[in-house]
Amino acid sequence: MELIGNLLLQGVQMFLVLVLAPGLTGLVRKAKARLTRRRGASVLQPYRDLWRLMQKEVILADNASWLFRVSPYMIVAATWVAASLVPTFAIGLEFSWTADFIAIVALLGSARFFLALAGMDVGTSFGGIGSSREMMIGAFAEPAMLLVVFTVSLVAGSTQLSNVVAFMQSDAVGVRVSLAMALVALVIVALAENARIPVDNPATHLELTMVHEAMVLEYSGRHLAMIELAASLKLLLYVALIGAIFLPFGIGPAGTGFAGLAAGLVFFLVKLVGGGLLLAVLETSVAKMRVFRVAEFLGAALMLGLLGTLLLFVSRSL
Amino acid sequence: MIGAGLTIVGLLLVLSLAAAVLPNGPKSPVVVYGASTALCSVLATIGFAVLAASADPVGLILPIGLPWLGAHFRIDGLSAFFLLLLGIGGAAASLYAIGYGRHEHEPHRTLPFYPGFLGAMAVVILSDDAFTFLLSWEVMSLLSWALVLTHHRAEDTRQAGYLYLVMAGFGTMVLLLAFGLMAGSGGSYDFAAIRETGRNEMLAAAVLMLMLLGAGSKAGLMPMHVWLPVAHPAAPSHVSALMSGVMTKVAIYGFVRVVFDLLGPLPWWASPVVIVAGALTAVIGILFAINDGDGKRVLAWSTIENVGIIFAGLGLAVAFRANAMPGLAALAMTAALIHAMNHMLFKSLLFMVAGAVLNATGRRDLDALGGLIHRMPVTAALALVGVTAISALPPLNGFVSEWLMFQSVLQSPQLAQPGLQFLVPAAGGVLALTAALAATAFVRFFGVIFLGRARSDPAAAASEVDRWSLGAMAGLAALCILAGVLPGLLIDFVGPAVEIASGDRLVSQTSNAWFTLVPLPQIDSSYSGFLVMAFVAIVGGGAAWTVHRIASRGVRRGPAWDCGFPNADPITQYGAGSFAQPIRRSFGPVVAARETVFMPPPGDPSAARHAASTTDLAWRHLYTPLIALVGALATRANSLQFLTIRRYLSLVFGTLILLLVGLATWN
Amino acid sequence: MPDLAFDIAHMLAGSLVLVSFMMIYQDRLSALLNTFALQALLLAAAVGWQAYIQGASHLYASAGIALVFKAIIVPWALHKMIQRLGIHREVETVVGVVPTMLAGMGLVALSILLMLQLTETAESALAREDLAFSLSVILLGMLMMVTRRNAVSQVVGFMSLENGLILATTGAQGMPFVVEISVAFSVLIAMIVIGVFLFRIRERFDSVDTEAIEHFRGEKRS
Repeated sequence: MELIGNLLLQGVQMFLVLVLAPGLTGLVRKAKARLTRRRGASVLQPYRDLWRLMQKEVILADNASWLFRVSPYMIVAATWVAASLVPTFAIGLEFSWTADFIAIVALLGSARFFLALAGMDVGTSFGGIGSSREMMIGAFAEPAMLLVVFTVSLVAGSTQLSNVVAFMQSDAVGVRVSLAMALVALVIVALAENARIPVDNPATHLELTMVHEAMVLEYSGRHLAMIELAASLKLLLYVALIGAIFLPFGIGPAGTGFAGLAAGLVFFLVKLVGGGLLLAVLETSVAKMRVFRVAEFLGAALMLGLLGTLLLFVSRSL
Repeated sequence: MIGAGLTIVGLLLVLSLAAAVLPNGPKSPVVVYGASTALCSVLATIGFAVLAASADPVGLILPIGLPWLGAHFRIDGLSAFFLLLLGIGGAAASLYAIGYGRHEHEPHRTLPFYPGFLGAMAVVILSDDAFTFLLSWEVMSLLSWALVLTHHRAEDTRQAGYLYLVMAGFGTMVLLLAFGLMAGSGGSYDFAAIRETGRNEMLAAAVLMLMLLGAGSKAGLMPMHVWLPVAHPAAPSHVSALMSGVMTKVAIYGFVRVVFDLLGPLPWWASPVVIVAGALTAVIGILFAINDGDGKRVLAWSTIENVGIIFAGLGLAVAFRANAMPGLAALAMTAALIHAMNHMLFKSLLFMVAGAVLNATGRRDLDALGGLIHRMPVTAALALVGVTAISALPPLNGFVSEWLMFQSVLQSPQLAQPGLQFLVPAAGGVLALTAALAATAFVRFFGVIFLGRARSDPAAAASEVDRWSLGAMAGLAALCILAGVLPGLLIDFVGPAVEIASGDRLVSQTSNAWFTLVPLPQIDSSYSGFLVMAFVAIVGGGAAWTVHRIASRGVRRGPAWDCGFPNADPITQYGAGSFAQPIRRSFGPVVAARETVFMPPPGDPSAARHAASTTDLAWRHLYTPLIALVGALATRANSLQFLTIRRYLSLVFGTLILLLVGLATWN
Repeated sequence: MPDLAFDIAHMLAGSLVLVSFMMIYQDRLSALLNTFALQALLLAAAVGWQAYIQGASHLYASAGIALVFKAIIVPWALHKMIQRLGIHREVETVVGVVPTMLAGMGLVALSILLMLQLTETAESALAREDLAFSLSVILLGMLMMVTRRNAVSQVVGFMSLENGLILATTGAQGMPFVVEISVAFSVLIAMIVIGVFLFRIRERFDSVDTEAIEHFRGEKRS
């Protein structure tokens, strides 16, 4: 009976991230529109878009291979699994030990890998541009992310996200400069990974500046829906991750009762809304940078991650 | 067991001799490669059996070699693990060669050396005294040199062969010195006696450095790597697979055997050298892989990268062991050894893929390929497994060793030395960068070869390779998946080897639920390749099924969209050089990248040109001055040939006096 | 162990190092000055916090000095200056940003390593860490001075170095107030001197690139 309950809880988590993800994207779009004094589409628009795209037929380029058709599902699966393993409203879920923080980063790496391959499949110049740049961004973002993982797990003593969150909720943490640096680095990585300004522009179709959009240029119909869903899931994952590690308030401890879960859920929603609004403010207040400046930007995140790890030893060696 | 192993080695050597006298017909490759496959499978079985039974070490002394020493052989957990690695790699390469060898124009240039090469590698692993070890090491080098020279008519190949010979000679010389130092004044050369000899830390550190040079030059550690990216690709592809997949591992075996088993305690300050050398080798190697335009050279550079990762793991093991933490040393050692096995699996697979592409199209340069996923679907699918594995992506095997490596990096705060506490996370960051760059390199490798549209006529007309080759590749791909999904099995398996090398082993992993890895139960970090694989498969399949069921399943083919301007010319695709451009720009100084743009002046209708090149800084700053120095010395020494008798006599006399004086001051 | 007073002091000192890195990252002079103002602000907060936990009222004065002079007046003056010179968009670097940051990482590692070894006997953990952080800030300031060509960014590097010094003096308890004033004045004097110097370079050579002087000293080989 307990097992069923646990499985159910894990199922709720999977379902929750899937259902909330397009809403978060819609919220960010809406907030950006309001900030630039436009009315903007409804927050629910991404759901309608997804439904509409899924019902359309797929137009495949003539020489698209099976990889092109399989990749959207692989990408959405890897991202969804990764998102379901990030603590949202409670920790210690049934399968939370399946993959630790490192594996979650690597799962997102798998999604990027297949997306980049799919971008090269049709054999157009834009697809190649997108893939090549995306891999460059990934080449900086992923190690920066892993250094954040190092910092956080050296503080918490485990790479298991449930343990990390449990540690962060305890009083043992205090205010640590390493964690502040890790937070800054994580935010930079999150901006880059989600193709947000200043690294990439999710709304652009201006040929020479797009990265993520260039890769998915040939996708249509249900495939495009899957890719968009994966992008939304990834955004939600990062917001949830930042919330879980750096603002762990309200996340229900392992084996908490119904009230704890409900409170966790409310806190999670608040964090999502807050994260989405902050992202919108950030995106409207900075300009997109040149592609080759991105390397420096992410290089800075890499340095911050490393600096965080180094400074850890100052406070540790007391 | 040892008897059986040596019998197989003997049979391999006999097979070599037989291949030399076999008629030069179409049947002989099949016979030789078929027999090699069988013999290697037996070797793998022996290694497997010893590991599975955790059998005690067995020794054997044969009355050959030096009369007062004999030839000592021994099989323990460590040699059994590498024997297993050699057996699998050798069997797969031989099986592949049954099909691939048909395309060889001059099979008699390969056949006589091939089984002997396998046999020599097995002897290195089984040997238990310095003489046998060095002799078989040298035989291994020479036979692989002969194999590199298979296509000796190409100028590049001859140069590669020469470079390889020089570097192999250097490596053996350094190893000789290392064993000389270890044997000490007592002059005991069998491993048991070396193990017993006590030596101080300085001497041990000196031997470590010599091993780093000697074994490192064979494995491809920087800056002794220069021969590898030219020699490995020059050989026929099944030999490239063996050299990259297996021979570098034999070199690593030599390093592990000497440094961790024979040498005794090492000072902690020896470890940063190994860690830094490994981490730098890894990141620089992969940067060159990203920038190289030749498919097989990309793979060779990536071998250098992986060797760097393995050495970084070994360096961590040295650090933990010097701090008397055998449990953590075992974690780092497990990561290194499992990565050695994993690298053998996916690198052999990828070299076979490159060979298949070479056979089907006759082209090695990436920019002549493209679109092969349509012409060679099975090879493409198997290659996809290989590139996913080598890019350290879950749920395949490359990620498992990467994950273990990061777990041991995260234990670095337990080290007592602040310098190491700083260095190890930084090295971990470099390894993370390497992993991400590896993904870039292999998206490029797979994308340019298999995806898009064909960039040349041979690529457009390619056809799938034979079944033997596909069978060998499929076997390796299956092992990659298996090792990724059930890593606990492999970890338990290397237990005996790890115990010999680090004095401890990881707790048994097979009893964990859902095949989860929990390497250090006290810190409770876990990863389950099986569940990740299962979840991704279920979720992905489920998503596809649901979408097809409830939404739409219609498909229409049409021309590519490409923002409304599709260009029919395949040359407009992103190629190998353009794909590497962002990385080349970002890491320019490391690879000494130069881009030259030639723009014709206004009014001149000739085409603009763009060329990008990279230079190995080791060549520029180490080898070129060295070669110049040797040249200058040789010119100087040349004048010695034209002296009078009296001068010669005085030279001899002077040397004698010098040696006598040296002797007088020595005591 | 979590001691909030200690944690906040630690956090502020660490943020100073972080801002030093941000200064290396900037590629525009005006952004560089803003970052410098941020660093001075953080310094003021750090010094103020030290004053609070040490109960040393004279430190409030140095915090005030840092706030008024370094966070407001100096950046404002320099902003004016670069506006007048029309160089608010440029920073000429000798070495690229990423190699400089890598070198900076090395310097931070070095200073932490050094301080941990040298001050093993120090009774106050806070002093040790403050020393490690302030040495990092000082070294990063020097690094900035040697990797920037522009005189304005060299001035900023120099003042960031001063910030590190002030952090060091406040971390160690019982430093006399005289030192603070002298430090503050030295900054002011340096700024005036370099300001004059700047205009002199500008008048003579039409550039604030300090390497332009080398032509006249016969050192430039090319």
